[in-house]
Amino acid sequence: MSDSKGIFLKDATVNAADGDQRAFIRKALGGYYTNRDLQKARYRDWERARDAASMAKWSAVNDLANVLEKFVANFERNGGVVHWARDAAEARAIILKIAEDAKAKAIVKSKCMTSEEIHLNDALEKAGYGVVESDLGEFIQQLRGEAPYHFVFPCMHVKREAISELFTKHLGTAPTDSPEELTMIARRHLRQLYIDADIGITGANFLVAETGQISITENEGNARLTAALPRIHIALSGIEKVVNHLDDLSVLLPMLATAGAGQPMTCYNTLYSGPRKPGECDGPEQFHIVLLDNARTRLLADPEQRDALHCIRCGACLNVCPIFKNIGGLAYGTTYQGPIGSVITPHLRGLKQWNHLSGASSLCGACTDACPVRIDLHHHLLHNRRNAAKESPTLFDRVFHNGFNFVIKRPWLFATGGRLFRATLPLLQKLPLPYMSAWMKTRDLPKAPAKSFRDEWKNHENV
Amino acid sequence: MRVSLFIPCFVDQLTPKVGLATAKVLKRLGHQVEFRTAQTCCGQPSFNSGQWDVAREAAVRALEVFRGTEVVVGPSGSCVAMMRNFYPELLKGTPYAAEADDLAARTFEFSEFLVKKLGVTDVGAKFAKKVTYHDGCHALRELRLKEEPRQLLRAVKGLELIETEEAETCCGFGGLFSAKFPMISTAMVQVKGGALARTGADFVVSSDPSCLLQIGGWLSREGKPILPLHIAEVLANDA
Repeated sequence: MSDSKGIFLKDATVNAADGDQRAFIRKALGGYYTNRDLQKARYRDWERARDAASMAKWSAVNDLANVLEKFVANFERNGGVVHWARDAAEARAIILKIAEDAKAKAIVKSKCMTSEEIHLNDALEKAGYGVVESDLGEFIQQLRGEAPYHFVFPCMHVKREAISELFTKHLGTAPTDSPEELTMIARRHLRQLYIDADIGITGANFLVAETGQISITENEGNARLTAALPRIHIALSGIEKVVNHLDDLSVLLPMLATAGAGQPMTCYNTLYSGPRKPGECDGPEQFHIVLLDNARTRLLADPEQRDALHCIRCGACLNVCPIFKNIGGLAYGTTYQGPIGSVITPHLRGLKQWNHLSGASSLCGACTDACPVRIDLHHHLLHNRRNAAKESPTLFDRVFHNGFNFVIKRPWLFATGGRLFRATLPLLQKLPLPYMSAWMKTRDLPKAPAKSFRDEWKNHENV
Repeated sequence: MRVSLFIPCFVDQLTPKVGLATAKVLKRLGHQVEFRTAQTCCGQPSFNSGQWDVAREAAVRALEVFRGTEVVVGPSGSCVAMMRNFYPELLKGTPYAAEADDLAARTFEFSEFLVKKLGVTDVGAKFAKKVTYHDGCHALRELRLKEEPRQLLRAVKGLELIETEEAETCCGFGGLFSAKFPMISTAMVQVKGGALARTGADFVVSSDPSCLLQIGGWLSREGKPILPLHIAEVLANDA
C-alpha cells in the first residue's frame, strides 16, 4: 500500500465517523444548492451553455501549442515577460529569481491553487521572504498552517468561533462572532501589507490568447490590490487555462460563478493587460507570467481523458460529491480535492500512488452532471482504475476476479456455488472473509432464500 | 412481445422475489416471458474494479446468452447500464462491437420498458402504503430515468408517494466500493437512510435492487421502521 493511500484511509475513516463535522459541511453547502439552482434557472438553456463552455475549452485544449503561442506573443506585445516552467521546481526557481533580482522582501499573494500545487509558499519562506495570503479563506488557512480544504472555499470547514480564536491568537484582536467584523479584522491587517509588498503573486482563471490578457475572477477585491499595488506582478498559471477569444469569457465567467458559488457573476472580474505603460498612473512596473506544465502535457497526450484539462476549477464537482461531503477535503491529501482531483492527481503525481482516489468512489456521476464544461469525470475514474489494473496489477485482484470469472463462466457452478453460499450464509457472516466482514460491520444481509430465482423459475408457470 | 429476463446475479441468489415479480407484471400485461439459465453475472464488479479483460469475457458471454432475443428486460438500472452503456465501450474495436450495440439497443430497465417502450403507466397494481422513491444513480444518470418509475408508482391504487430531498443522493453502495471503503459507504448510507426514514414512509422503493441491498441492510441494522421494496414487487401486487 502506498503511503498516500494509508494516510487517505486513516483520515477518511476518522472524518467519515465525525457526524458533527459532516453535518456542518452539508449545512454550509445548503445555501449554495439553492443559489446555484436559482442562477441556473436564469439561463435560457443551461445545457446548451454547458455545450458552449465545453466547446470554448475544447477548441483551446485541442490546439494548445498554437493557442499558447498566440497568447504569449500578445502578452509580450503588451509588455509582459513570459516564463515557461516544465515542473514545480522550475516554477519555484523562476519566481525566486524574479524576487532576488528585484531585491524584494515582502510578497503578497491572492488565491492561486497552482501555487499550492508547486508548494510556493514554503519555498519563498525558506528563502527568507515574508509571504501573506490575501484571500480571506487562504489567509485563515495560512494562519492555521493547514492546506486548503476545498479549492474554491479553502476554510469552509472552519467554524466562526475558531476563526475568532485564531485572530485573537495571531492578530491580538477581540473575540467576535460577527462575520462582517471578522472580515474587517483581516482587511485592516492586510491593507498595510499590500502597500509594503514588493511583489504580488496571483493565479489566473483564463488566459485570453487573442488579446494577451489575464482574466482573474474574485469576490473580495484582494486580487486587484495584489496585482495593482506592488511594483512587480507575477501570475502563475497552468498552461491549460488559455482560451482563444475574449468572447469565450462571456459564457465561461458567468458559468464559473454559477456552478462554483451559485452567483450570477463573481463580484470582481478583471482583465490584466500588462505592466504600467508610459503615462499611466498605476499598475506594476513589471508583469510576469509563469506558464506551468507540471505533467499537464501527460494528460494532453491521453485522448480519453484530455477533457480533464477543460477544468475551470469552479469546484461544482466537489460541492455535489457525496465522498467529498463525507470525508472532507483534507483527507484527499491533494492540491485539487474531490472528483476532479481524483481524476487528475494520478496523472500529475503518479497512478500507482494515487489510484486509490479513483477507487474511493461509488461512481454516482453527480460530478459529471454538475460540471459546467462537461468533463466526463466519473467515467475517468473508471479509466484510471483500468489503467492502474493494467500497469500495476495486484495479486489479490487478479485472483479474486479470475476466480469469480471461473465461476460465472459456468452456470452450473454458479448455481451450485450459490446454493452453498445461501446454505452457509449465517456461518459465512461470522468469518473474517475479505469484503464480506467489512460490509457486515454496519449492514445486514437479507436472509438467504431457500431457492434461487433459477430454481423458482422451474415452476414459472405458477408465477 | 417476447421478453427475455435479465436477472442480476445477486437477485438470482438473494432476492429471487424481485425476479418473480418482474415476470409476473410482464405476463399480466400479456407478454411472453423467458429466462435463459445460461446467464450469470454481467461482469460489472470486474469492470468497476478495472479488470476490463475479465469483464470483456463476461460481456461476450452475455452477447451469446441473449443472442436471438427480441427484447431483454432487467429489474436493475445498474446491470442494464452495464449492458447498455458499458458493453459497447468494452467491446469497441473488437469483432463483437456491432453485436454489443445491437444488444444495448434492445435491453431495457424494467420501469423504462413499461413506460418508454410499451407506453404503459397503469399496470393494474394496488398497494395501499406510503412509499418514498430512491433514484439509483445508474438509472438516473446513466439511463436518464427519473419520471418513469414515478409515473408507474402514481398509477398504483392506494399508493401515496412521498418525495425526499435526498432522492437523488447516492446510497453509497457502488458494488465492491461498499466493501473496499466501508467507512465512506456507511457515512453515505447514513445520510441517505436517515432522510428516507424521516419521510415516515412504510417502504423505500427503487428500481435498483443493489441500492436496496445497501439501504435495506443499514435500515435493518439501525432498526428503522421503513422497509426496502423493489418497484416490480409494488407493481406485481394486485390484491
